[in-house]
Amino acid sequence: MLKAIILIGGPQKGTRFRPLSLDIPKPLFPVAGLPLIQHHVEACAALGNLKEILLIGFYPVAQLQEFVNDMQKQYNMTIKYLQEFIALGTAGGLYHFRDQIRYGNPDAFFVMNGDICADFPLAELYRFHKQQNKALVTIMGTEATRQQSLNYGCMVTNKDTNEVTHYVEKPSSYVSTLINCGIYVFSLDVFPVIAEAFNAKQEEYYRNGNGSRDTGYIQLEQEILSPLAGTGKMFVLQTSNWWSQLKTAGSAIYANRHYLELYKTRYPERLYTPSGEGGCAIIPDVHIDPTASVHPTAVLGPNVSIGPGVSIGPGVRIRESIILANATVEQRSLVIYSIIGRGSRVGQWARVEGTPSDPDPNKPFAKMDNVSLFNSDGRMNPSITILGCSVSVPSETILLNCIVLPNKELSRSIKNEIIL
Amino acid sequence: MINEKRALILVGGYGTRLRPLTLSRPKPLVEFANKPILLHQVEALVAAGVTEVILAVSYRAEQMEKEIMEEANKMGVTITFSHESEPLGTAGPLALAKDILSRSVQPFFVLNSDIICDFPFRELYDFHMNHGKEGTIVVTKVEEPSKYGVVVYDDNKCIGSFVEKPQEFISNKINAGLYILNPSVLSRIELRPTSIEKEVFPYMAADKQLYAFELKGFWMDIGQPKDFLKGMCLYLQDLRINNPAKLTKDEGIVGNVLVDPTAKIGNSCRIGPNVTIGPGVVIEDGVCIKRSTILRDAVIRSNSWLESCIIGWRCSVGRWVRMEGITVLGEDVIVKDETYINGGQVLPHKNITVSVREPQIIM
Repeated sequence: MLKAIILIGGPQKGTRFRPLSLDIPKPLFPVAGLPLIQHHVEACAALGNLKEILLIGFYPVAQLQEFVNDMQKQYNMTIKYLQEFIALGTAGGLYHFRDQIRYGNPDAFFVMNGDICADFPLAELYRFHKQQNKALVTIMGTEATRQQSLNYGCMVTNKDTNEVTHYVEKPSSYVSTLINCGIYVFSLDVFPVIAEAFNAKQEEYYRNGNGSRDTGYIQLEQEILSPLAGTGKMFVLQTSNWWSQLKTAGSAIYANRHYLELYKTRYPERLYTPSGEGGCAIIPDVHIDPTASVHPTAVLGPNVSIGPGVSIGPGVRIRESIILANATVEQRSLVIYSIIGRGSRVGQWARVEGTPSDPDPNKPFAKMDNVSLFNSDGRMNPSITILGCSVSVPSETILLNCIVLPNKELSRSIKNEIIL
Repeated sequence: MINEKRALILVGGYGTRLRPLTLSRPKPLVEFANKPILLHQVEALVAAGVTEVILAVSYRAEQMEKEIMEEANKMGVTITFSHESEPLGTAGPLALAKDILSRSVQPFFVLNSDIICDFPFRELYDFHMNHGKEGTIVVTKVEEPSKYGVVVYDDNKCIGSFVEKPQEFISNKINAGLYILNPSVLSRIELRPTSIEKEVFPYMAADKQLYAFELKGFWMDIGQPKDFLKGMCLYLQDLRINNPAKLTKDEGIVGNVLVDPTAKIGNSCRIGPNVTIGPGVVIEDGVCIKRSTILRDAVIRSNSWLESCIIGWRCSVGRWVRMEGITVLGEDVIVKDETYINGGQVLPHKNITVSVREPQIIM
């Protein structure tokens, strides 16, 4: 029997995902029609012997209750949300809820960061984990560019044994292009290792007066994985499958594209195929929620997700965009590289356009650059355009590279601005 | 012969200010409100009894001469080209055409070729004959006279002086670029590059030989794209008042719009206010056009949005294109689907495949 832990963080985290995370917890932001972490849940459910999923984070319970209930029903498995009393770090939460994880004595458990997007080769990862002698941890790894590797956990391995011999989180100089994907298999025997780190911290604080009062706060990468490197108990499975972090709102468009692509082989029924009369024209891949209404003269795609209750008018053109629940896109308007928030409205003949920030296609292994909002001159970097919830874009205006916070009624064309 | 009325139109050079349109067609033949600029003037002159029009040009353009001759034959007017071997300014061309102009005892009209207005040549003639002096300048009222040279005259309309760009308000009347002059004025002009405004009129005014005729209605120098569009708005509004039957009324047409009968407009469009659409133009479904001129045989594909644009002959504007901010497309420009053009001039036969977000000249 297996279990899975999804680390979802809390409202103070994921601020780079604003304004999309202002009205919905980031883990529930829909990518390719599903809440971000439902893709994790789905991958777990596809494993026959995975019995329980634990979400660990510090969002208020009320924000996740509905999602948890939905998931239980949909996938017919035990799913629980375990709320940390305070942010405990990536390993602190695991340790705090160790009894819950150990119940039923699982053979191993997966740990996944909530903010990653991947095809989650969990079966392969577990098979690999079992094959290693006395493995406590198996990390899914992937190749990055030299420069981008500095933003991730970098690993040096023994090429013959796949053992991790050196681990550094976000090094300041180049260490290795093999990076940690934030997807792990842990054996239950990892808990004594975490306990050791926990106790050492307690002792250091209470006896020697060093360290912080938040003694339960343990970072998985720095405090557990780094020391485990070179002990022969930690291994890496290197994959070249698609993988990306979802840090900034801009990366949502990129993630959306890849999940839609995955649907082609795994869930083709989720992709819209024009059939018979009344269907709109599309350029694949496009996901349209069955409750959305799209006029037959609209043209959607590629890489478009249309949420529930959305209304798309005649002659509308949308590409490389996510339209969230109950938004209205009025006739003849154009939406490119943008995210339209819940209940927002785009007026007729309006143009809502952003600038893509996809990984450099000419560089092998390049990842999404999570560029900051402003460049070193203090000018806004061109980004995808994001409308928060209930934003209204007037007819015939243009909105270019803008971020608009929720509940805003715009009155004019705007370029390269953040609208509070 | 001796009593015939004549006019001289100062066409001048290449019309560079109206490029890229004038790269394909001489400026007098660029259509303003679906009619070549020159024809607006010649028709009004013919209506006032002018039988011979002299076009003062400083370059040779066979296409222009041929096309103009054809139109002239239809209207029963004689067109003569007076070619300048070097640009002669605004007065020199009169000296060059002296022989023709002095063949009649009648006063002759002089026009800057960029002017669009109601062309009240009959009233101007009567006014001129009535005061009996050597010349009359048409003046028009402007909001900000400090940008122009203003004309100062007395209650009897006798011009006293001209003041260039007055800092303090003196008058809000400026020279409208239309004159009627007696043949005797020709003796005041030498055959060299010279300015009628600076080197002829001030002396006539000093001699109390120059009167001002106040223009009623609209006036615009349409020599550059911004003013071309402004002039179009004024012209269409003038049609609304004086000749509303000429304007197009149809579903999807908003405000003052002029559509050639051979143009095709699709469903669910919103055209206007202030739009002219030339012959053979095709507007597909769901297009919105405001304050623009679409020239002959252009195609605007579905769901595009255009404001303050001049679309050249045989251009093709793609679907879901947004174009605004005084964009001028030269002849046969192709704009790709879904692009955004924010102002600027595009030279003829250009293929635009990516958005132009800041105004610029696209070679």
